Amino acid sequence: MLTGDNMDIPGINILRSEQFTNKVIETINKIVKELGKKIKFMHVCGTHEHTISKYGLRTLLPKEVEVLSGPGCPVCICPAADIDKAIELGKRDDTIITTFGDMIRVPATNISLAELKAKGADIRIVYGPNDAVKIAKENSDKEVIFFAIGFETTVPLIGYEIQSGPPSNFSVICAHKLIPAALELLMSQSQLRIDGFISPGHVSTIIGLKPYEIFSQAYRIPNVISGFEPNDVLLSILMLLKQVRDKKYETFNEYSRVVKPEGNKIAQKIMEEVFEPVSSPWRGIGRVNEGGLVIREKYKEFDAEKKFNVKIEKSQDIPPGCSCHLVMVGKLYPYECKLFRKECTPIHPVGPCMVSMEGTCSIYFKYHSDDNN
Amino acid sequence: MSGKKESSNVIRLAHGAGGVLQEDLIKFITKNIPFKKVNNGIGVEELDDGATIPLINYEKEIVITADGHTIYPLFFPGGDLGILSVCGTVNDLLMMGAEPIALTSIIIIEEGFEFDILEKIVDSINKSAEEANIAIIAGDTKVMPRGSLNEIIIATTGIGIKDKNIQVLDNNLKPGDDIILTGSIGDHGTALMASREGLNISTDLESDISLLLDIYNILELDIKNNYIHAMKDPTRGGIAAALNDWANKANISIWINEEKIPIKKQVNAICDMLGLDPYNIACEGRALLSVDPKHSGNILNKIKSTQIGKDAEIIGEVKAENPKRVFLKTIVGGTRFVDMPLGEPIPRIC
Repeated sequence: MLTGDNMDIPGINILRSEQFTNKVIETINKIVKELGKKIKFMHVCGTHEHTISKYGLRTLLPKEVEVLSGPGCPVCICPAADIDKAIELGKRDDTIITTFGDMIRVPATNISLAELKAKGADIRIVYGPNDAVKIAKENSDKEVIFFAIGFETTVPLIGYEIQSGPPSNFSVICAHKLIPAALELLMSQSQLRIDGFISPGHVSTIIGLKPYEIFSQAYRIPNVISGFEPNDVLLSILMLLKQVRDKKYETFNEYSRVVKPEGNKIAQKIMEEVFEPVSSPWRGIGRVNEGGLVIREKYKEFDAEKKFNVKIEKSQDIPPGCSCHLVMVGKLYPYECKLFRKECTPIHPVGPCMVSMEGTCSIYFKYHSDDNN
Repeated sequence: MSGKKESSNVIRLAHGAGGVLQEDLIKFITKNIPFKKVNNGIGVEELDDGATIPLINYEKEIVITADGHTIYPLFFPGGDLGILSVCGTVNDLLMMGAEPIALTSIIIIEEGFEFDILEKIVDSINKSAEEANIAIIAGDTKVMPRGSLNEIIIATTGIGIKDKNIQVLDNNLKPGDDIILTGSIGDHGTALMASREGLNISTDLESDISLLLDIYNILELDIKNNYIHAMKDPTRGGIAAALNDWANKANISIWINEEKIPIKKQVNAICDMLGLDPYNIACEGRALLSVDPKHSGNILNKIKSTQIGKDAEIIGEVKAENPKRVFLKTIVGGTRFVDMPLGEPIPRIC
C-alpha cells in the first residue's frame, strides 16, 4: 500500500496490479494448454531474477513453464583474477580503491576486498565513477583506482569520466563485459534446450535491439526485451509463448516505454571511442568471444593495469564444491548445490552468486524455500 | 576455505546492523555471563526489548532496557541524536508493556566537539524526556582523545514498571493473532540514507522518529487484559528482522500481505533506486503488535485515533504451520519468503 502523493510513476499501477496479472496468467495458461508441453525460458539479468523472486512470479506460472536464471549478474561473472588485481593494488599504502557496493564482498582467489578493508586498506564504496573522480581530486597525494565492472549499462558512465579528463592520479581497472556475446554463446549451446530468452531492459536501453536480432533469427530462438515490473516480466513470458506457438523467432520489445530500437547513440559513441571489445573470460563460463572490453591505447594513462603493471599469475574462479558455474547457465537450481544454505550463505559466500542481490543464489536464499516454492 | 577464516576473526560493520551477524555477536559476548536473570524474570538470554526484575511479595516488576546511540549525521531530517537516545530507550520500555519512569544517560564525547552542538543535543534530550514524562536521574560523561571515537556516543538506560501478570513478550504470539503495524515503514533509514553525503537525493522525506507513548496510553487496558500478546518497534533490520525474530522465538509463522503494508511513495522510490528492501530498513517511531483477533478491530481503531498511529493497518496473521518463517503475499498475488536481513543494507550497482 503506497501512501503520499509524490513521485507518481505513470503506468505503474497496471504494471503492479493483481487484476492485470490475473489476465496475463489466464492467457499464459491458455497458450500452455494449447502447446501441451514443457517450456523453458531463460533471462540473463539479475534484476529480472530479482523481480521474479521478489513478487513470487514462479508461484503464479503454470508448472509447465520454467524460467531459468542465466549469467546476468555483473558482480558474479567478474573473474577472480580481476578482483585479485584490485586486491593487489589495494595493498599499496598510497592507493584508494573505489568500486560498487556488492563488489567488495565477492570472494576472489584468496580473500575479498571487504576482508582487505577490514585489515586497514582504503577501500571505498561509491555510487558511480563520478564519485571516484571526486575522491581523486580531493586526494591528490594518493592513487585513486576505480574497479569498473558491469555490462553496457555502466560502461558509458566510466567512458564519460575517462573522456572528460580526470586527474592524473585516477585510473580504472576495466572488467566490463558485453551481454550480446554471452547471449550468443548460450543460444549456440543446444543442450540447454532453451525455448526463448528474456533480454535485459537496462542493457538494451544503451545498445538498442539490433545486436539481438541477428541471434534470434540465426539460432531460431524467440527473444523479448523486458522491463522490470512484475507484469513486464509476465507480459514478456506471454510474448515468448506466442512466438513459440506461432513458430516465430524474432526479437520483440516489451520495454518500449524506455528502450528505443536504436538505443542510446550518445552512450554508444562514448563506448566505441574509449573501449575496445576483446575476447574475455567470464567467471564460471569461460572465455567469451568479444565478451569484454579493454581501454583503448589512446586512453592508456587511465588504464590501471598498464599504469601499475599488475599481473595475476594464478587465480581460482570456482572454489571446490561450489556450483556457481552451473547455476549461472541454468543447469542447476541454487538449492540443488550441496553447499547452498550450508557452507554457503550470504554471510559466508563461497561462490560469487551468493554475494550480490543480483546473484541467483543470494536471491534464492532470500526469497525461496528449497524446493522452488 | 582460508578466506572464510580470515573474515570471521574481525568485527565488521554488518555485525551491528540488526541481522543474523548481530545475533552471532550478541551470543559471542553474552555466552559466559554467570548470572543471566534476577528472581526468574526476563534476562539477557531472552534477547527481548528489555529485562524484568520481579519484586518479591509485590505485584509489580521493574523493567530495564539499555541502548547505545550513534548516528551519522547527528542532525537528520526529522530528528537528531538527542531525540533518538530518549525515544529509542523509552519505546523499548513501552514495547515490554511497561510504564516509563526514569532514564540514566552516559555521554561520551570526542575531544574537539563543539559546545554549541552539544547544547542542541542536550536540549533535544530534555525536550524528549519532558514529552515522555520521564525523569533523568543519573549519568556519566567521558571525553575521549580526538580520533578515538566519532563525535559523540550516548548510552541510555530506561527504567519502567509494570504488573507482573502483563506478558507482552516476543515468544508470546499465538496462532490466529492479527498483526498490526502502526504506520509507514522505512521512513527513518531511508531519510537518513538520502541525507547522507554522496547520494544527492532531494526529498522532503523525514524520519518517523517519535515516542510510542500515545499508543501505549490508549491501549493500557488492552495491555492489562493481555489482549496484546507481543509488541515490538522495528528498528535496525526493519519489519523483516522484527517479524522473523517473533516467528523464531514464538515458534509460529507470520503471513503478511504486501498490499496492506503502508509504505510512503518516496521510500519506495528511493529504495527501488538504491536496490534496498524497505522491509529491511529501520523505523524509529513505529510498532508491530500481535493481537487477539477478537479484539484486533477495536485495538486498530484506538491506534488509528492517535496522531502517530493514524495510518495503522492489520498487515497479516499468525499461523501454526511452517513455524519460524515469515511469508508474504505479493501485490501481484504470488507468495514468497521474507528472510531475516543479513547485515547493513548496501545500495546496489546498476
